[in-house]
Amino acid sequence: MSVKNNMSVKNNLSANEANSEKETIEQPTNTDSFMRTVIVAVVLCLVCSIIVSSAAVLLKEKQVSNASLDKKKNVLVAANLLKAGSDVTNTDIETAFANIEQKFVDLSTGRFVEVDNPAGFNQRKAAKASETSIAIENDPAGIGRRSKIASVYLVTSGNKVDKIILPIHGKGLFSTLYGFIALEADKQTIVGLKFYEQGETPGLGGEVENPRWLALWKGKKLLNNNGQLALKLVKTIPANEFEVDALSGASMTTRGLQNMLDYWLSEQGFGLFLARLDVQKGEA
Amino acid sequence: MAIDKQELKNVIVKPIFDNNPIALQVLGVCSALAVTSKLETALVMCIALTLVTAFSGMLISLIRHQIPSSIRIIVQMTIIASLVIVVDQLLKAYAFETAKQMSVFVGLIITNCIVMGRAEAYAMKNGPVMSFFDGIGNGLGYSAILICVAVTRELLGSGSILGFTILTPIKDGGWYQTNGLLLLPPSAFFIIGLLIWALRTWKPEQVEEKS
Amino acid sequence: MEHYISLFIRSVFIENMALSAFLGMCTFLAVSKKVQTAIGLGVAVVVVQAITVPVNNLLSTYLLNEGALTWAGMPDTDLSFLGLIIYIGVIAAIVQILEMILDKFFPALYQALGIFLPLITVNCAILGGSLFMIQREYDFAESMVYGIGSGFGWALAIVALAGIREKMKYSDVPEGLRGLGITFITVGLMALAFMSFSGVQL
Repeated sequence: MSVKNNMSVKNNLSANEANSEKETIEQPTNTDSFMRTVIVAVVLCLVCSIIVSSAAVLLKEKQVSNASLDKKKNVLVAANLLKAGSDVTNTDIETAFANIEQKFVDLSTGRFVEVDNPAGFNQRKAAKASETSIAIENDPAGIGRRSKIASVYLVTSGNKVDKIILPIHGKGLFSTLYGFIALEADKQTIVGLKFYEQGETPGLGGEVENPRWLALWKGKKLLNNNGQLALKLVKTIPANEFEVDALSGASMTTRGLQNMLDYWLSEQGFGLFLARLDVQKGEA
Repeated sequence: MAIDKQELKNVIVKPIFDNNPIALQVLGVCSALAVTSKLETALVMCIALTLVTAFSGMLISLIRHQIPSSIRIIVQMTIIASLVIVVDQLLKAYAFETAKQMSVFVGLIITNCIVMGRAEAYAMKNGPVMSFFDGIGNGLGYSAILICVAVTRELLGSGSILGFTILTPIKDGGWYQTNGLLLLPPSAFFIIGLLIWALRTWKPEQVEEKS
Repeated sequence: MEHYISLFIRSVFIENMALSAFLGMCTFLAVSKKVQTAIGLGVAVVVVQAITVPVNNLLSTYLLNEGALTWAGMPDTDLSFLGLIIYIGVIAAIVQILEMILDKFFPALYQALGIFLPLITVNCAILGGSLFMIQREYDFAESMVYGIGSGFGWALAIVALAGIREKMKYSDVPEGLRGLGITFITVGLMALAFMSFSGVQL
């Protein structure tokens, strides 16, 4: 009965409206002829396609620049060069980004490499295709495959590297979190952290985006003097510079975050690159 | 074409309280739930949906005598889908942040039953001007519910409205203990359920018969 | 193989179309008064979803994505803005074809499912399935598993809701809540229950 009921509701609805309307419905007898159907379909398709394509073509440039500005903004926020959520204009972003350099790193050697099309490099796409990525064994971050080449950002003054910004991603509770982590030139101290894509529980795990919580990371030491990851997310009050207060009520997101950092800063991730990077010369 | 003022008023106001598409006809609920955790996304969704409903109604009504009945549905769908693509492109160009948060839900306006429902039930039988306002009216009815839900969820869930803090949450150093349940999608169901209850207590003629 | 099983379980329980993405709600609420009809609609959704998601996947890989037209000698064309209209067109066409095939070759099945098929074109769960597939960049095999899984999840949810509503006939619901109101609240509770699956790690 439910379907019929549903349909009869609609019928009643239309009947009511039909009664209330003033205009009579004239149904030309030839609307259903074959030619007519074809003509209407063709004309409609033409008109719609012109409208849709012109909208897409006209707005394309603006959308592309939006997407690239958004990415730049995330990098800047991670490096604490831009306040999150404040009213920033596009020129602010461009000026702040002027002394940031995008470089590409072969993760298996830790050296800088050139890529064919730097502007079109997409690490996420590269991680999907088998020729540009490797399968991860013992996969703590839960990401399956990772791109052989990663894009990193360096804040430089002359040749000297001031800050290093690394892309990281990994599984939380519901979703894969994507973000950037920024380190000082000593390769140990955290400048900032920013997640730009996540689908964790709002209010609990979703708090990884809360600037107040992210501010706790500033100045913490990520690696110990041997270059090994020493940072821990703890549920107690952080006792030293290697401990960060975990997110309350979000054990799984916190675990994901810890695993993600463990992975990306190990030899499998950016470990080799960080070890090789000469911050005085900006070479690796 | 002469437009009756009374009729115009009916077409716009009725869907808000008397014949609300969400509360009474169970149309267009899907998107109502996913975009209401923040008022901002809800507002953008309301504007997008109202515009699509109004313009699709108008366009379909304009060519209603030309549409062969055998391909009626697909013609309506093509027009609606084209409008949604245009809206989607505009949002990506001018409201990038919000568009990102709404992800697939802008595209899902195509299958929002309100749009199709109004095209089929009203625009196919009425003039373009009235169909346009019928779309506006139904869009407003949808918006009324969506905004109520979004205000409740954002205010009690994160203590703010449109991003401005009203009740300072404890975790930001204030006094308000945020209600995490309201940030989760299922809370939208409870709020709509209660809204329907309130609406039907106010207008008892809408109460459903006991089956 | 393990990957596909895990994807299937995820799409049925953890990312349930109806109860965690809230798609297909109009039909979900309207056609869930009887278990019998709910099963019919559920099966129809599984079938349509299992066909449309992989077909749309092929279309997006070989026609719409940036660089997808390399085989036709147009490596720089990016038609992804046409996605929405193509996907909905494919869905409408497949539903129509399915209806004709069923009518011609399996009249009994057509009798059972026929009335639901037109409802499915405007079911957001179907379009949503294709859009999520694109957003998450599934490959062909994954999209097949995802299509079946998400359709099955939706079917499971509507049958469960219909079961609850059949039982609820005997309960005394306050006047204003009767019918739609209490259904919304029931679905809310079901959705909360389904959230507990999110802790499942595979």
